[in-house]
Amino acid sequence: MKVLTANRLADGEAVWYANGGWAETVDNADVAYDKAAEDRLEAIGATASANNEVVDVNLIDVTVANGVVEPVRLRERIRAAGPTNRNGLGKQARPVAARAA
Amino acid sequence: MYRYDEFDHNFVQARVAEFSDQVARRLAGEITEDQFRPLRLMNGVYLQLHAYMLRIAVPYGTLNSKQLRMLGHIARKYDKGYGHFTTRQNIQFNWPALSDIPAILADLASVEMHAIQTSGNCIRNVTADHFAGAAADEVADPRPYAEILRQWSSVHPEFSFLPRKFKIAVTGAERDRAAIQTHDIGLHLKKNAAGELGFAVYVGGGQGRTPMIAKKIRDFLPEADLLSYCTAILRVYNLYGRRDNKYKARIKILVHETGVEEITRQIEAEWQELKDADLKLPEADIRAIDAYFAPPALADRPEGDEAVKLARLDSKSFSEWLDQNVVTHRHPDYAAVTISLKGIGEAPGDASDSQMEAVADLAEKYAFDELRVSHEQNLILPHVARADLKAVYDALVDIGLATANSNLISDIISCPGLDYCALATARSIPVAQEISLRFASLERQREIGELKLKISGCINACGHHHVGHIGILGVEKKGAELYQVTLGGSADENTSVGEIIGRGFSSAEITDAIEQIVETYLGLRLDRNEKFIDAYRRVGPAPFKEALYAGEAKTA
Repeated sequence: MKVLTANRLADGEAVWYANGGWAETVDNADVAYDKAAEDRLEAIGATASANNEVVDVNLIDVTVANGVVEPVRLRERIRAAGPTNRNGLGKQARPVAARAA
Repeated sequence: MYRYDEFDHNFVQARVAEFSDQVARRLAGEITEDQFRPLRLMNGVYLQLHAYMLRIAVPYGTLNSKQLRMLGHIARKYDKGYGHFTTRQNIQFNWPALSDIPAILADLASVEMHAIQTSGNCIRNVTADHFAGAAADEVADPRPYAEILRQWSSVHPEFSFLPRKFKIAVTGAERDRAAIQTHDIGLHLKKNAAGELGFAVYVGGGQGRTPMIAKKIRDFLPEADLLSYCTAILRVYNLYGRRDNKYKARIKILVHETGVEEITRQIEAEWQELKDADLKLPEADIRAIDAYFAPPALADRPEGDEAVKLARLDSKSFSEWLDQNVVTHRHPDYAAVTISLKGIGEAPGDASDSQMEAVADLAEKYAFDELRVSHEQNLILPHVARADLKAVYDALVDIGLATANSNLISDIISCPGLDYCALATARSIPVAQEISLRFASLERQREIGELKLKISGCINACGHHHVGHIGILGVEKKGAELYQVTLGGSADENTSVGEIIGRGFSSAEITDAIEQIVETYLGLRLDRNEKFIDAYRRVGPAPFKEALYAGEAKTA
């Protein structure tokens, strides 16, 4: 299972592709369950990159348990939450992300 | 300290205008990321995990109050209220928006600062002894030469696209506090028998995935030949350094593969072509740069002795701080103060906006407006009258920066690691914090004595783990963080690369392992005066391996 992630061009914010746009949390990211869906996400990423909306576009591995999307690699979990040594910064500091965590 | 002249001001302003235009064009979609990336890197802008990162140059680690206050202002206005001081004596901000960077650079230019050449395959910020100009043991202040190198290397057309990045360090004392033997070029400022100034020149040191100790290729280079000789080194490197493999592109690999004798011959041959030409430094030019670094007029303050004696009696914690964080100054009434950015359990090298402003105020009031950033990620007040030390200490207590741990086990060098860095394979800061908390007792730390612990979150070794007395390297193995331990590294005048002690440790095990190493040392040292590094050099790895792994061998 994979989701599409990138950083927003203007401010560098880590974002995930969700519901036709780029969301600031991973929670509701569109999950690709098969190769065709991955290809679709990849094409969306390429277009967004070409349109200068986002940079550093990547498909990343996730798990989905009880509807909660969680990145597999620690690197991506930290991107999705914020620095582990400063809980007051990054997505984890925001009410919605805190609830999801 | 150095002050911009009209040329410098115009040069930096022009660069701010140029890069601002490039940012605007990027945001408007007129240039692609592939086109923009090299431009942003030339201006210190990286993309990391959570956001962009801006690395700002602090030439040879020297700052004035106004500049530090501006860094505090940037932290508050454009970032998230803090900055991270680095091992190149620079500062990084971890959260700036690309769209704000032109404004940040304009603010920096207003205080004679910039972010040029803090990234890319060029000559990076030249570093120097953080006690330069204050140290009792130095032959001369190394910073005028660092400044000459800075001027020469800034947008040098021949050396802006080297095979790989290039780092130079200068020290003016026998005791090397600038880690010169871990640099591409290390310069040791000294005097010859005739009393003339010059340099011992080291080439080909470096850390990263292939750590190498620099080789001395010249025992004495007259100061007038500094630029011609460095040009000769860079030319040989630029010509023969490998461009086919990023991991073999540093000059250390060229020196290693070519051999010291042959590369010295090549450099000397190149130098013969250059030495009497226009790169020879006129005496008047050197002295003109020297003048910028003229020491402040240090009035005699003999009342300091009595003041310090009384304050010691009055406060045990002041006394401990004095013993640990205050060093001798060339003027007996003064001292150099290390402001530890390694509070127990804190992220090494981080300072908040208000701490930066408060330290700037202290420098202005008590330290002739001068500050340093050390490569060990602390701040330094280089000239403080001993009579004012108690007032400085009290002020540092108020802002949480009075931890008396300079050179102790919690004075850890740590890279940002996987909490921020796109290249990292494991976290560094939380490991540093946990070790710091484990050894929280300063009494215990003093009992252990001098111990340099350094942590990197990937093989690029930004946290200098190879030259830590205890080094920790975080890697990713089977999806989990794993920490390899090296022992016996050192970055001083007796530079050595640490040896891997055995299998790595999980994040849950690493602090216990470090404690085990420290306890082993305490058990085998000859007496309290035998430092960790000296004990390790005497006994070697065996007792430490035994302590860490003997149980496993038996159960296996």
